[in-house]
Amino acid sequence: MQKTYYDPADLKKFGDIADFEPKLAEKFFGWYNEVFKEGELTAREKSLIALAVSHAIQCPYCIDAYTSDSLQRGVTESQMMEAVHVAGAIRGGASLVHGVQMMNKVKKQSM
Amino acid sequence: MAQSLHALNHKLASTARQLEVLEDGIFSTDSLPSFREKIGFFGHETLRPGETEILQLNVGYMCNQTCKHCHVDAGPDRKEIMTRETMEHCIAYAKESGVHTVDITGGAPEMNPDFLWLVKRLKEAGVEEIIVRSNLTILVANEKKFGDLPEFFREHGLRVVSSLPFYLPEKTDRQRGEGVFAKSIEALQRLNQVGYGREEHLIIDLVYNPSGAFLPAAQSELEADFKRELKSHYDIDFNSLLTITNLPISRFLEFLIRTDNYEDYMDTLVTSFNLATLDGLMCRNTLSIGWDGQLYDCDFNQMLELNIDHPIKHIKDLMNGSIANRNIVINNHCYGCTAGAGSSCQGSVI
Repeated sequence: MQKTYYDPADLKKFGDIADFEPKLAEKFFGWYNEVFKEGELTAREKSLIALAVSHAIQCPYCIDAYTSDSLQRGVTESQMMEAVHVAGAIRGGASLVHGVQMMNKVKKQSM
Repeated sequence: MAQSLHALNHKLASTARQLEVLEDGIFSTDSLPSFREKIGFFGHETLRPGETEILQLNVGYMCNQTCKHCHVDAGPDRKEIMTRETMEHCIAYAKESGVHTVDITGGAPEMNPDFLWLVKRLKEAGVEEIIVRSNLTILVANEKKFGDLPEFFREHGLRVVSSLPFYLPEKTDRQRGEGVFAKSIEALQRLNQVGYGREEHLIIDLVYNPSGAFLPAAQSELEADFKRELKSHYDIDFNSLLTITNLPISRFLEFLIRTDNYEDYMDTLVTSFNLATLDGLMCRNTLSIGWDGQLYDCDFNQMLELNIDHPIKHIKDLMNGSIANRNIVINNHCYGCTAGAGSSCQGSVI
């Protein structure tokens, strides 16, 4: 029996999701490939955004893929870590900003 | 300083063992197609050479560095060196064949005691372009012995091609050895001072090798980064950045296996195979000559001891015959030159 939920080898099988539902998969991969093309943002900038988002959503497949992609695109290690901090700061900030909600409630209920 | 695989008696110092690794495993279990099968899918039974335009001379495996990715397994402990007699044959062939470029590599070619003599003779022979693949640090390694080299390069109009894996010290030193980045910067500044990268016809190109198990980025994008960073931090000018993919042989193969990256890296090379690179591969227009005068389709084949597929095997016999009618010797390491934008000693292929 498989011992873990995640297997690195599964990343290469991503395209296999089309086996169960080809039409939606085709739309998704078409859209996905279009998203990462050079546009107003460079492909390198998009790769860094993807790396940060991968950490925010804690997707091991995405972290694997966009770490390699960033390295290949000549992104430096400190740039990659800064991107991860951006993800961390947004996540942390998202929790903390709800502190205001807590404070509002406290103030409303307290004398 | 680290030792070469040869000095360590490492099993991968054996070219037979390297070829075994390259032909077995994922290529024998049908997980990945062999290079021969891959080009076969596209109707190429073999690869054939075109006209020889570049003669690449490997004048010895001795080097003052032991870079982690080195496909030559070069280092201070390597003693293989091209003799003046072999150089004579190379010079005669360069003159006779009319190749436009002679590309001198190593090891550190400057460590061959006949290096200066060779350059002068090639110049006298009328070779249009002479390239020296300098590791840079040799230029500042011993002032008395090598200090005049930048002026010598200038005087003879050599094109200098030098490795600098990254514009940051840490990454460069991790690949090439402690302190290499600082010395490389010093050497580049000296080359700039004598006019390289600043005067027309004094060309200094840098070579980017990925410092790990990944492919190089687009050459133009990285070149812009290198130019911006090296200029702003060190006031360095250079002409072009050449991106070269690491081929899975010798020390880079050892790294791939030791770090469990081999299968993924080969998979990346195979899935990135680009048919459009075949016409521009360096084996089509370059003849590689080993330190001992033996002939190869490329420097990588030389390091795997894969001689050309022709009865003439040595430069001394080349004056009496033609080797044009032959198939290029291929194996699975060739995927390194056909991945993505392709790779050659002149940078990306397309």
